[in-house]
Amino acid sequence: MPKQLLKGNEAIAEAAIRAGVDAYFGYPITPQTELLEYMAKRMPELGRAFVQAESEVAAINMVYGAACAGKRAMTSSSSPGVSLMQEGLSYIAGSEVPVVLVDVMRGGPGLGNIAPSQADYFQMVKSAGHGDFKPIVLAPATVQEAIDLTGLAFDLAEKYRTIVTLLLDGTLGQMMEPAELPPMRPMPAEMPAWALTGAAGRKKNSILSFRMEAEDLEAHNLHLQQKLAVIADEEVRTYEYMLDDAELIVVGFGTAGRVSQTAVKQARQKGIKVGLLRPITLSPFPDRRLSQLADEARGFLVVEMNAGQMVEDVRLSVGGQAPVKFYGRMGGVVPMPDEILASIARLDQATTKAPPTYKIEGPLVPLTKAHEVTR
Amino acid sequence: MQHDVIFCGFGGQGTLFAGQLLAYAAMDAGLHVTWIPSYGPEMRGGTAHCTVIVSDEEIGSPLVRAPSYVLAFNNPSVEKYELLLAPNGVLIHNSSLTSHAITRAEIRVVPIPASDVAAEIGNAKLMNMVMMGALLQCSQMLPFEAIERALEAHMSTRRPELLALNKRALQRGVELAQAQSAGLGVEASA
Amino acid sequence: MIANTVEVDPSDRVDPLDRTVEELVAQRPKTLSEIDTHYCPGCMHGVAHRLVAEVIDELNIRERTIGVAPVGCSVFAYNYFECDFAVAAHGRAPAMATGLKRVMPDKVIFTYQGDGDLASIGSAEILHAAARGENITVVFVNNAVYGMTGGQMAPTTLVGMKTTSSPYGRDLKMSGAPLKMSELIAQIDGVAFVSRRSLHSPAEIRKAKKAIRRAFEMQLNGQGFSMVELLSSCPTNWDMKPVEALRWIETRMVPVFPLGDFKNSVPKNSVRGV
Repeated sequence: MPKQLLKGNEAIAEAAIRAGVDAYFGYPITPQTELLEYMAKRMPELGRAFVQAESEVAAINMVYGAACAGKRAMTSSSSPGVSLMQEGLSYIAGSEVPVVLVDVMRGGPGLGNIAPSQADYFQMVKSAGHGDFKPIVLAPATVQEAIDLTGLAFDLAEKYRTIVTLLLDGTLGQMMEPAELPPMRPMPAEMPAWALTGAAGRKKNSILSFRMEAEDLEAHNLHLQQKLAVIADEEVRTYEYMLDDAELIVVGFGTAGRVSQTAVKQARQKGIKVGLLRPITLSPFPDRRLSQLADEARGFLVVEMNAGQMVEDVRLSVGGQAPVKFYGRMGGVVPMPDEILASIARLDQATTKAPPTYKIEGPLVPLTKAHEVTR
Repeated sequence: MQHDVIFCGFGGQGTLFAGQLLAYAAMDAGLHVTWIPSYGPEMRGGTAHCTVIVSDEEIGSPLVRAPSYVLAFNNPSVEKYELLLAPNGVLIHNSSLTSHAITRAEIRVVPIPASDVAAEIGNAKLMNMVMMGALLQCSQMLPFEAIERALEAHMSTRRPELLALNKRALQRGVELAQAQSAGLGVEASA
Repeated sequence: MIANTVEVDPSDRVDPLDRTVEELVAQRPKTLSEIDTHYCPGCMHGVAHRLVAEVIDELNIRERTIGVAPVGCSVFAYNYFECDFAVAAHGRAPAMATGLKRVMPDKVIFTYQGDGDLASIGSAEILHAAARGENITVVFVNNAVYGMTGGQMAPTTLVGMKTTSSPYGRDLKMSGAPLKMSELIAQIDGVAFVSRRSLHSPAEIRKAKKAIRRAFEMQLNGQGFSMVELLSSCPTNWDMKPVEALRWIETRMVPVFPLGDFKNSVPKNSVRGV
């Protein structure tokens, strides 16, 4: 199939359709509304379910219902809407039904703004709802990757009976890039044995997220944790750039990751031995890979579009073996390569006694100290 | 080789479409390309801009602080992006509508009376194509035929008579920019 | 009876003359599981469960029915029904039922919800499911208190009624008046059938069953949203003996929540077993 120029939000919607999504339920919110609108047009054409729900609360519970039927169900939203979905996410996690969620993050807290942000790393990776659970979180950085990860999201959701979130920011949602869509997958003929399809010729099925006895719930919790351990062993994915001889490692996901890639390339041209690790799975986190890199690296620079969230996981992974610096922009500001390049140069000079052999012009805009945090 | 272009103007001036057309042409030519719009409330009535990056290599950042080319369709765009343009960058502006005095000396300034030319051709909305023609001529980033083919492939087929007018507008943009290059030294130091 | 109620057509009465007393009283419906109840003595959930189960049996739809339980005392409904069941988050059963029905339009989907669940935290979900005309059936048990959490004020608590969170009696100025959900929902286009019945006497229970049957038939006919509100007792939290509690429904609740059909679309061909 030839490449098409596709907008991130619409590419994800079409990729979900081709992955065989049976039902989409959503609520309008910028910057993901194109996804809802695309589904509103395409799903009825294909005879599949589409409902514009009365709220994100209702949308996620409709997804929950459709997923209980063993159908491929999804929703999409943006930060404030995802806050409202957290109740449903927790029930879904407790019930172990497969669900795909797309979160196109925007600036916060509160109404914040509609500009691109990564301020919801904690929300999705650490605390997607009450109770001990974690979704699988995939972080695409290009339109092609968004398409590929959408298909993967449905596969992983079903394989592990879990929530899989595509976590991206408004930049990728709104951006157009040439990309190739996969062919339409055939719809499954049979529903899984656990699905609520009517107790015809079999015992009744129940789907619920509660276990009244403490020991029962603990056993269920242990089961969920064991599943996470398998996921951590099997499903870590990263994108790596110029890491082979890298002494300095830049870590960033999504848009911050791909902007960092430009800065790494520019730093290499100056002779700085730096590489990029862009986690594709934020959960499971590539902690072992980072720990391995920390054996040799002089220092790490974490770049995020937030006040420093993933940096905590990088620090845990590096375990004090090397300094971990942070550079972040907030409020919907996307960092530019020149800012990151300057930060790489500062990390380089802070971690070596050798005088620099290069000159960095510095970013064209003055930066405040607040952007660079050394905690 | 990488070209960064910012298209900017008022909403309704065809800013985003001009950027998309370049993106389509670059894609069809087998190049890497990203197109990213401004989005949100400013889409109505205010300024609209988009960033297009065309490269023969994988594109990292889809945004640039200092673009190598700016296509400014109106006065506020000239004011804002003149200062952001990369050193020795090219500022192509729609001189039919712009009056802002340009202060940077080292950039190349290409005034194109695009709105007037579009009106002469018969449709004021062709202004963006006149500007696009000028960009092609100044940057040489894609052959003229690539944009023509992109127009044919991606323009709405509801009004086929517009295709010829669009091509005419592109051609006029190229010619006007060619005439500018002849007097480049004068223009740059003006 | 208030002005906008519609009398049920007497010819549609279920008159089970062809069954023995033993069958009617002693036989367990196939759709009810054979397990001990956790409901308190005198609680009407058991009766309401049985009515729903009998209707499912009579319509022969057990194998294609999926129930959605609420949060509240009847969170355990899944345990008592011999059909597929999901347990929703508090108030979200109509949204979950929407998801189930939209991907399986040929299945019969019903929610079973209490007053706190449906009329308070789930008020948006129930109104919008009704507004969409979702082809689902809602069994709404109104006993005027939050039962499971120990008898707090519900949106349906009567003015002056004492609960653990309205210890001086529900104060109109502080907490407003009880919500009349059947009347509210009957106003919405897309709603096929809304009826309020009571479980305080055998005669009323028979009418309740008939309404539940009508509600399921509406769904089977594809006519849209149907709901039956059942006035029910909570002797434990009302601090009354069971018989006293039933009398209280009749004398105190019924005047505030009048019984009757608030919307009753002309049925399409009546479904008698599928």
